Amino acid sequence: MQSTVTINGAEVELPGDPRVSLLDFLREHLHLSGTKKGCDQGACGACTVLVDGERRILSCLALAVQYQGRKITSVEGLAQEDTLHPLQQAFIEHDGFQCGYCTPGQLCSAVGMAAELRRGVPSYVTDDISTDTIEFSHDEVRERMSGNLCRCGAYNGIVAAVTEHNGGQARQSTAQEDA
Amino acid sequence: MTPFTFARAHDAAEAVRLGAPAGSKYLGGGTNLVDLMREHVEQPSTLVDVTGLSGAIDERPGGGLLIGAAATNTALAEHRAVRERFPMLARAIAAGASGQIRNMATVAGNILQRTRCTYFYDHLGSRCNKRQPGQGCDALDGINRNHAVLGASSACVATHPSDMCVALAALDAVVHLEGSGGARSVPFTDFHLLPEDHPERETMMLPGELITAIELKPLPMAAHSTYRKVRDRASYAFALVSVAAALEVEDGMVKEVRLALGGVAHQPWRAHTLEHMLRGRPAAFAAFETAAAGEMLAARPLRDNGFKIELAQRTMVAVLGALAASGARGAARS
Repeated sequence: MQSTVTINGAEVELPGDPRVSLLDFLREHLHLSGTKKGCDQGACGACTVLVDGERRILSCLALAVQYQGRKITSVEGLAQEDTLHPLQQAFIEHDGFQCGYCTPGQLCSAVGMAAELRRGVPSYVTDDISTDTIEFSHDEVRERMSGNLCRCGAYNGIVAAVTEHNGGQARQSTAQEDA
Repeated sequence: MTPFTFARAHDAAEAVRLGAPAGSKYLGGGTNLVDLMREHVEQPSTLVDVTGLSGAIDERPGGGLLIGAAATNTALAEHRAVRERFPMLARAIAAGASGQIRNMATVAGNILQRTRCTYFYDHLGSRCNKRQPGQGCDALDGINRNHAVLGASSACVATHPSDMCVALAALDAVVHLEGSGGARSVPFTDFHLLPEDHPERETMMLPGELITAIELKPLPMAAHSTYRKVRDRASYAFALVSVAAALEVEDGMVKEVRLALGGVAHQPWRAHTLEHMLRGRPAAFAAFETAAAGEMLAARPLRDNGFKIELAQRTMVAVLGALAASGARGAARS
């Protein structure tokens, strides 16, 4: 009987107790402590991970058993061994964090967010929602990343890092479409 | 969290069989139910995972859509036909929660989410008729800034928190259900109940029934529709007031109008009074204002939420004004 999930490329057995959240499974069972427990009630985004590549979810509200057979990527799975993911590098260059607690969630969320924007998923600030090509603008990034709180207030650095990494311009007035 | 048994359903018949015993609950994305279980507000003995059921979004004759109940909120908002034919729905979904939550939450789960009334959540410290029928309501004389101004009762003043449902109410969606007694369908506007003396009864579903799909009937005028949400911060907050509306104007007169309000009632509030007052009237500020005031005549403020009455009127007028001014199909964000 197959009851496993793939975490950062490694297939692991799911917990027997269905109460275990994906977040606690990562942190307490697998000792992958990169994913953070901020509020544990879906309000802060610190626990954001990716499912099947680019679908960002909150691991605190996910029961681990619901993800049987899926592929989960946590922040530990973004870098290639000692080479940082380019988005991680961009966070360093733009001072996208101070204490760093929200950063793993911000990184995973930004990877998923970029995929959504490129697919044409509309946001609340998208003017023309019938188009498939949405500008990678300052306003779009801020709205789409609003589920990730940063209590240090590093938002300007985060938005700059995310926008630049995705080929957009950091300033709202000169935002260019990302091809 | 109280221990429970976990079961996975592969089709609706299996789900209904697994969901029949008292104490069973269906599990979608878990974004509301898992949280409520952690707070001990919900204590199911069995969770039946229905995320493996149909989430397909299929075309219906004439431009309608049949949406599988397990479709995620994101999948529905990004679907081309929804964006083009029912923009108020795509915009309402995009206005709710966060990107991560919209990726998890299913359409049926969104419809069945519980109120965010803080007294409902506070299971150890507060009285709540919804959580414990007959216990009393601490919101009635408590901090009730976020609570209902329309259709409330002395038993419950909670609001329905969904944005998506406001659009579904305005669009006259149909809910498809399946239970041990067979399949049936009901108008979305009849689905959520007003609290009256039994706020613990939130929908007209029978015990064990399952939402299998939502149907959008063809509605060409909905291509010219939008959703506006007023909240305490710019993003990721529940509505104080929201408006979903579609407007069809001919020769300067309102030919047809659909409008629903969020954040003001125990159910997504379809503005029948406003619609009735506006049909055949000039598509102009004065008529919008009169009709919006007419809709809110029945409003009853609590201690802290009287501002919602004027806010709702102003938001309705602003949205109708923007729709009248933009004219073109696929209205931009209002």
